[in-house]
Amino acid sequence: MDLVADWFRHLYDTTGINLTIVYDPYDRQRFLSGLGMTIYLSVVSIIISTIIGAIGAWAQGSPARAIRAFVNGFVVLFRNTPPLVQIFFFYFGLGQILPRVENDDGMMVQMISNVQWAIISLSLFAGAYNVEIFRSGIEAVPRTTTEAAEALGYTRLGVYRHVLLPLALRICLPALNNNLVNLLKTTTLAYAIAVPETLYVSKQIWNDSQNVPVMMTVLLIVYTALVGILVYIMNRWERFLSIPGYGQGAAR
Amino acid sequence: MIRDTSAPAAPAHPLPVLLPFRLTAPQRRFPPLRLTLLHALGIVGLGLLIAGGAHAQAGVNQLSAFGVIIKWFPLLMSGFLFNILISVLSMALGTVAGVGLGLASISLSTPLRRIAWGLTQFFRNAPWLVLLFFAMFMIPFEFRIFGVTIPFPDWVKAVIGFALPVMANMSEIVRGAVGSLPSGQWEAAESLAFSRRQTMWMIILPQCLKRMLPPWMNLYTLVTMATVQASIVGVTEMLTLIAQVHAAEGGRPDLLAPLYGFAMLCFFIYCYPIELWTRRLERRFHLHQ
Amino acid sequence: MAADPSVSQNEYGWTPDQPLIRLVDVHKAFGSLQVLRGVSLDVRKGEVICIIGPSGSGKSTLIRCINALIPVDSGTIRVEGQEVNDPDLDKLALRRKVGMVFQQYNLFPHRTALQNVMMAPVHVLKQNRKEVEVRARALMAKVRLQGKEDVYPGQLSGGQQQRVAIARSLAMRPDVMLFDEVTAALDPETVKEVLVTIRELAEEGMTCILVTHEMGFAREVADHVYFTDKGLIVEHGPPADFFANPKDERTKAFLGQVL
Repeated sequence: MDLVADWFRHLYDTTGINLTIVYDPYDRQRFLSGLGMTIYLSVVSIIISTIIGAIGAWAQGSPARAIRAFVNGFVVLFRNTPPLVQIFFFYFGLGQILPRVENDDGMMVQMISNVQWAIISLSLFAGAYNVEIFRSGIEAVPRTTTEAAEALGYTRLGVYRHVLLPLALRICLPALNNNLVNLLKTTTLAYAIAVPETLYVSKQIWNDSQNVPVMMTVLLIVYTALVGILVYIMNRWERFLSIPGYGQGAAR
Repeated sequence: MIRDTSAPAAPAHPLPVLLPFRLTAPQRRFPPLRLTLLHALGIVGLGLLIAGGAHAQAGVNQLSAFGVIIKWFPLLMSGFLFNILISVLSMALGTVAGVGLGLASISLSTPLRRIAWGLTQFFRNAPWLVLLFFAMFMIPFEFRIFGVTIPFPDWVKAVIGFALPVMANMSEIVRGAVGSLPSGQWEAAESLAFSRRQTMWMIILPQCLKRMLPPWMNLYTLVTMATVQASIVGVTEMLTLIAQVHAAEGGRPDLLAPLYGFAMLCFFIYCYPIELWTRRLERRFHLHQ
Repeated sequence: MAADPSVSQNEYGWTPDQPLIRLVDVHKAFGSLQVLRGVSLDVRKGEVICIIGPSGSGKSTLIRCINALIPVDSGTIRVEGQEVNDPDLDKLALRRKVGMVFQQYNLFPHRTALQNVMMAPVHVLKQNRKEVEVRARALMAKVRLQGKEDVYPGQLSGGQQQRVAIARSLAMRPDVMLFDEVTAALDPETVKEVLVTIRELAEEGMTCILVTHEMGFAREVADHVYFTDKGLIVEHGPPADFFANPKDERTKAFLGQVL
């Protein structure tokens, strides 16, 4: 490890490429924790937003007009307002209004932390897109398939859970895939409310070490790699879910 | 968002089950998004009222949230218009660059194609905010060409920063549209002795225009909504002005929700009609296919 | 053959008394799939050639090779003496001589019928727009589509679209026309109107190569019929002979199925 660190120090001395995140333990620790935060934000928001999407798409088929109108309003509103303003609205707007609570150290803090607000707003933002994505998937399932399930005595929820959603999911996976990649990229907005994710810690590091171009390159590479990993996982999932003779699985 | 247009797989044979004895009246599984602008305005307005009302009783000499917005309306609007300006300029710059990159990514020259593909993927996978930082820090504040100094103020750098992801997405749109045309069009043009350039500009691209319009408009709303990120890197736009207005009104915490709600409303009023129009074009395009 | 000074040679040393198109031992593979395994045939000026055979026997590939839409692996293809299997081939020059009509019409949907016919002569041959328009209108009349000049392809029936496609090809004044299963995508009622147009062309002396499943039509208009199977020409001959006494077992089996 020392050898590697020495080599990168040497690299800095000879070329000016200053990768403090490799040879400086403090910077390395900061960067890794930032990376961890980005992954944490992404994974939690992906899960919650997918659940929101599934529930929202189901609610959109509800016989109650009020429920449909509420879901449609949510979708339309969150798709057509800037995600950054959504985050500010939640964190500054609502966060300031909520009562403060005492934490373990006896300090008065906001009831919901900035990380939690980031997760909430990112999930709602991506969830609104997911509702639309699931809906288009559900619409692509032939009506006769649902009728067959209804004829077998399934309830509306049963049809949705056991027939519609599994089929719709396979149809809309490419679009879902796309949106989740987008969500991963949107986690950088948490920077604006001081969530110490990758961009935030990178800025701290380049402020301290004056190595903006190097850190910028690292950032771009890191995000490309993260997106690559997510796309890989999603593709594996897609392949795992594919049914021979159905949809795109038919081509194989 | 790329919509999944793949046709649903038709069942190979009717399912071997009985249909329900009592068929309910044929109802559409989903009513179309019939939510009008009015509904949505109502929702936002309600939010404003609740948030504003919560602390309306706060002080004696204090303006209500609504009053604050009215008082600063011209300033906030000027900020919003600046966001629109940034979005239009980024879109124009990014579209031109993206069409070039997209055409390069389907060129016959393998090295050119590889480079264009690499650039497209790189700028498409990077977060917009990171690219914005990239532009702010990596572009010098002025350029010197032939003894003439061209200044690059922050907002111009921001325009370039937003144009980068636009370029990459536009490149994909062009490539996707060209790829979606049936190969018979290429064959027919080739057999009529059109050169590749002629085929591209007279046969292929004119047909692609229609296909590219909906995703292009979609991209535009994305840029518009991204422009607020410019405040993070120090460009004065609507969100910056909101923070200043908030400070000028004494930093009352109850004002933040209505102020940000107002910003959401502005963007909503601008972006939602574009989205509706995009959908209509998409539907019409599917019908005419 | 003694050169007749009255017969003009073109730049490739080709004279009109030689075959217009000559294929010698043409091979083509897509990956490991051998599509053409040594095909040779001659087409003389004014001849109508029909190529028949089961699907997947390489018919469509064969005629696509003639205008270099598909490069061949080995063998020679000469069109008026010009070698098609040549890396330095001037493809555009070749395609001005060879017209092609496709199974799926492939009209340009963003241009009207008349514009479809006019585009290539105006843009490729750089001919005068007015003169081209006169010719294009005459061609529209020839394929019996007067009054449909300003209609877009999407508004025409399949048979009408296919006739526009024929007119579009003819507007380039080709020396030979290739027809790739041009009636295969049409309704039975509209097949006839397209075949009538092709027959008229043949009667006027246009050199035609047709890939077709219309056996009756082949028997009626063809000067020579080729039967292909698995990338080879199994049997060929004048239609009367070919259809009456097929010699090869595969030809017999095929004709037994389709006739």
